[in-house]
Amino acid sequence: MLGILNGQVYDPLNGVDGEKRDIWIRDGRIVAPEEVECKGAEIVDATGLVVMPGGVDIHSHVVGAKVNAGRKFRPEDHRDHARARTSFSRSGSGYTVPTTHLTGYLYTEMGYTTVMEAATAPLVARHTHEELEDTPILDMGAFITMGNNHFIMNCIRDGQPGKARDYVAWLLGATKGYAIKIVNPGGVENWKWGRNVGELDDEVIGFGVTPRQIITTLAWVNDALGLPHVPHIHGINLGQSGNARTTVETIEALEGRRAHFCHLQFLSYGGEPGKLPRSGAAGVARAVNEHPNVTVDVGQVVFGEATTMTSDGPLQYRLHQLTGHKWLNDDVEGETGGGVVPVLYKRQNLFNAMQWITGLELFLLVDDPWRVFLTTDHPNAGPFVHYPHVIQLLMDRDYRAEALEGIPPRARKGALLAELDREYSLYEIAIITRAGTARALGLKNKGHLGAGADADVTIYTPLDDREEMFARPRYVLKDGEIVVHDGQLVRERPGRTLYVAPPYDPGIEADLRAHFEACYTISFDNYPVAAEYLPRGEMIPCG
Amino acid sequence: MSPRMSAIRVIENVVCSFCGCLCDDIVVEVDDGRITRVRKVCANGRGLFTHYDPAPRRPTVDGREVAWEEAVAEAAQILDRADSPLIYGLSSTATEAQRKAVALADKLGAMIDTTSSVCHGPTSLAMQAVGEPTCTLGEVRNRADLLLFWGCNPAVSHIRHFARYSVTPKGTLTPKGRRDRTVVVVDVRPTASTRAADLFLQVQPGADFEVLATLRALLQGAEIEAETVGGVPTAQLQDLVERMRTCRFGVAFMGMGLTQSRGRDLNVSELFTLVAELNQYARFCVIPMRGHGNVAGADQVLTWQSGYPFAVSFARGYPRYGPGEFSTVDVLARGEADAALILASDPVAHFPSAAARQLEHIPTIVLDPMPTLTAQVARVVFPTACYGVDAAGTAYRMDGVPIRLRPVLPPARPTDVDVLERIIEAVTVGN
Repeated sequence: MLGILNGQVYDPLNGVDGEKRDIWIRDGRIVAPEEVECKGAEIVDATGLVVMPGGVDIHSHVVGAKVNAGRKFRPEDHRDHARARTSFSRSGSGYTVPTTHLTGYLYTEMGYTTVMEAATAPLVARHTHEELEDTPILDMGAFITMGNNHFIMNCIRDGQPGKARDYVAWLLGATKGYAIKIVNPGGVENWKWGRNVGELDDEVIGFGVTPRQIITTLAWVNDALGLPHVPHIHGINLGQSGNARTTVETIEALEGRRAHFCHLQFLSYGGEPGKLPRSGAAGVARAVNEHPNVTVDVGQVVFGEATTMTSDGPLQYRLHQLTGHKWLNDDVEGETGGGVVPVLYKRQNLFNAMQWITGLELFLLVDDPWRVFLTTDHPNAGPFVHYPHVIQLLMDRDYRAEALEGIPPRARKGALLAELDREYSLYEIAIITRAGTARALGLKNKGHLGAGADADVTIYTPLDDREEMFARPRYVLKDGEIVVHDGQLVRERPGRTLYVAPPYDPGIEADLRAHFEACYTISFDNYPVAAEYLPRGEMIPCG
Repeated sequence: MSPRMSAIRVIENVVCSFCGCLCDDIVVEVDDGRITRVRKVCANGRGLFTHYDPAPRRPTVDGREVAWEEAVAEAAQILDRADSPLIYGLSSTATEAQRKAVALADKLGAMIDTTSSVCHGPTSLAMQAVGEPTCTLGEVRNRADLLLFWGCNPAVSHIRHFARYSVTPKGTLTPKGRRDRTVVVVDVRPTASTRAADLFLQVQPGADFEVLATLRALLQGAEIEAETVGGVPTAQLQDLVERMRTCRFGVAFMGMGLTQSRGRDLNVSELFTLVAELNQYARFCVIPMRGHGNVAGADQVLTWQSGYPFAVSFARGYPRYGPGEFSTVDVLARGEADAALILASDPVAHFPSAAARQLEHIPTIVLDPMPTLTAQVARVVFPTACYGVDAAGTAYRMDGVPIRLRPVLPPARPTDVDVLERIIEAVTVGN
C-alpha cells in the first residue's frame, strides 16, 4: 500500500478540481477509501504539491518503420542529444527522433505514462511491436493506417460495407493495433500514380471510390465494431493554403458519426491554394464547437528542429520540393505509403509563424477542453519534450503576448490571437493532457485517480513558471511504483501494449487468402502478428 | 515391431532466412527430426536447410569441449577484462538476438558493428546524405513497368528475386508479368542477370559516378557533347533517361557494384538523387539488394537502440557513430580492439588479412550454428541454433518488411538469445 497524502488533486474525470485529497495505491491500482490500510504503508507527502493522473498522449510518432527510418537518416539529430547508460537504464540518443529507451525515459520524466503511436502500416506492424518491447515504462498502443487500403476500397466499390467491417476487425487483430487511422484518404493511393486528391469527391485512381466514401465507411465500421477509440483522421490537403474549407467539409461529411481529427493546426489554413496561407482557425474551431461528435488534437508548432513523418506520401514529397531537404519515401504494397523530411520551423518565416499562431488560436477558440488535446504531432511540429512550453503559452496570457511580439509584424497583422485572452486553468490542462485524451481513447483505467484506475500518477511542484513546473515533476508513479523523482528517472520497468481484438466473421478468410495470393509478397499465414510479440499485452474491450 | 507411428510432417509457408529476399513460401518435409525434403527453395537457400546438422554440440574453450556454464563464464571473463571490446556480425541471426547484442555492447561500453559496414554501409551514408525514395517489393510486383538493376547480380545472389518480386511475377497493374516490364541491367561486365535484361549498359569499372551524373544532367535537359561516358554511348544514356522519365512506376535495385567500387557512398547518393529527381516525371523508387537474411534487421535494431545503423561505439557510456573510426575492419587493422564477440558472421573468411589476423591475436568469442573459419581461431565457441531452422525469431526483408521465422525442427541447441542473455548476466562491467 502506498499513500499520496495532502496533495492538491486535479482529477477532472471525477470532478476533483484542486481539492486536498489522499490517493491510495495497492497492486498497481488506485483503491477506494474504504479499502485503505494505512498501517505499514509507504507514504509520499504531497503537501503543497499538485497531483494529477499520468499524462496520456493521444497522437505521437515514436515507434515503427517510419520513425526508425527517420532515426537512421538523421545522425545530425542525435549527435548532441545523447544520454549515457546508468546501472538501471540504457543509453540512447536523439532529439526529434529519440531511440526507443530514451523515448520511454523522456516521456516519463515529463509525467506522461501512456502514449499512442499515431501511424503503423499494417504490413510492418511487427516492427512497431518489436520497438514497443524496447520502449520501457510507457503503456502504448498503435493506430493502424487504413485510409488507402485496397481491400477496403474494393469493399466500398462493391457496396459491401459489412465485408469492410469484418476485414477491419481481422486487420486490427492481425496487427495487434488499437484504432483505425485514416491518412489523406485516397490521396496516398493516388500518389502511387504521382497524383493526389484535393476534394472529398475526387476519385481514387483504379478504384472508383472517393475520400468521402472511405471516411464515412470507416466511421460506420468503427461504430459497428464498438472500438474503444474513434476513427483517427488526418484529412486531405494537409499543409495547404485554403485547407480549412475541406477540413470543415470533412467534419460535416461525418453526418454526426464520431471521429477524432489529429494535428488540426496543419489542416486549418485560410487563403488561396498556392499562396501564403493565413490562419483559418476561427472557422475550423466554429465547426468543431458545432459538432459534439468530434474531438481534435492541435499539433502545435514549436520553433526549432523537427522531423516531419507521415503516411501522407504526396505531402512529404511536396515538403521535399518546398524545402530541398533530404526525402524518404516508402510506398507499402496495397495498404499505404509514407515519407520523412527534416524541417526547421523559424519564427521569422511567415508561413511557420502563421502555423504557430493557428495552433494557439485553435486551443483558445475550441470552447470545450474535453474535445481539444495537447500534441505537437511529435516530431512533425516539434518534439514532445516541449509540451511544458506549450502549457505555459496556454496558461499565461502575458507570456503568450510576449511570444507573439517576437513574430514578424507581417505574420501577426490582423491575427485573432492578439485578442484572445483566455488562460487555461490547471484543471483544464489536466483535461487536455490526460483526462480528455483517456476518455477519447476509451481507456477507462487511464486519465483519472478514481478507485480501480491504473496507479499512474504525476506529482508537480506548483510554480508560476509553468514550463519549469511541467518539465520536472517531483514524482512520477507508474503502476504504483515511483519511477521519477525530481525530474530524474530513478527506476526502469516494462510498459504494456494496449490492443483490441474485435470479433469478425471467419468466412472472410477465404477472400483474404485470394487477396494475398493476388497482391502481396508475403503469405496470408505469415502476416498476422502473434501474441509472442506482446509479452505484456492488455486487450481493451470493444462494444 | 517399431512403435514409430509418426508420418512425414509437411510444413508450408516456411521462411528461408538465407538472403534478403526472405522467401516465405518454402515447403519443408521433416521425418524423425530430420529435414528430408525442401521444395521451392533456391540453390543458395537449400544449404541452410540441408547442410545444417542440428545435433547439439558442446561449446569449446581453446578447442576443448566444456559445459555451457564454463563457456559463459570464460566469455564473461574475457569481456570483463577487455578495455576495448568489439561486437561484430549480427546479420545472420534474428532481431531478438541482435537486440541482446546491442544491450551487451551498451553494458560493456563496447564498439558494435554489423556486416553492413562491409556491404551496404555506404548505402546508409548515402541515405543519410540525400534520403531514399523506396517502396516494398509488392509495389514492384504490382506496379513497376521499368526495372533497373545497377551493380547487382540477383540471378546469382538473390536467385528467386526475379520470379517472386521483380521481373516475371504477375501483379495488379502488371497482369502479363514479364511482358509488362522493361528490364535494364547496368554492370561492368555481362553477368547471369544481364541475360534477363532487355537492355544492358556496360560501364567501365570505376565509372559509375560519371554515368549516374550524366543521367542526372540529361534528365535536366543538358546536352552532352561526349559520344560515350564511362564506356556507355551517350545515345544509350539518353534512351534510358527517356524510358525512366516516361515510365509509370520505375524501381532501381542497387548492389555492391556501387557501394564497393570507387566512389562508394557518392555513387549511391548520385543514384538516390537521380531516383528522387525522376519523381517530377514518373513515380520512381530504389531498393538496396541486401545480402544476408537479416542484415536489414541489424540496421533497424542498432538504429532503434542507438540511433545509428552501424559502426557504433558505447565506450563513453552513450552511443557515438563513426564509420571509418568504429567500423570493425578499421578497428581491427589498427589493433584497437582487445577482445571480440562475433555473432553469426565469419569475418576471418571475408576480411582483409590484416583485420582477420587480428582476430587470432585477441581473445575472440563466436556464436554460430556453423563451424566457421572464425570459430577455428576463437577462444570460446558457442554452437547455437540456426535461425529459421531450429530457432524462432524475426528477420527484416531487404525492403524492411519484418517476417516471423518459425522453426521447422524441434529446438535442441541453445539460441543466440539464450547465450547472450547469460553473458549479459555474467559480465560484471556496467553493473
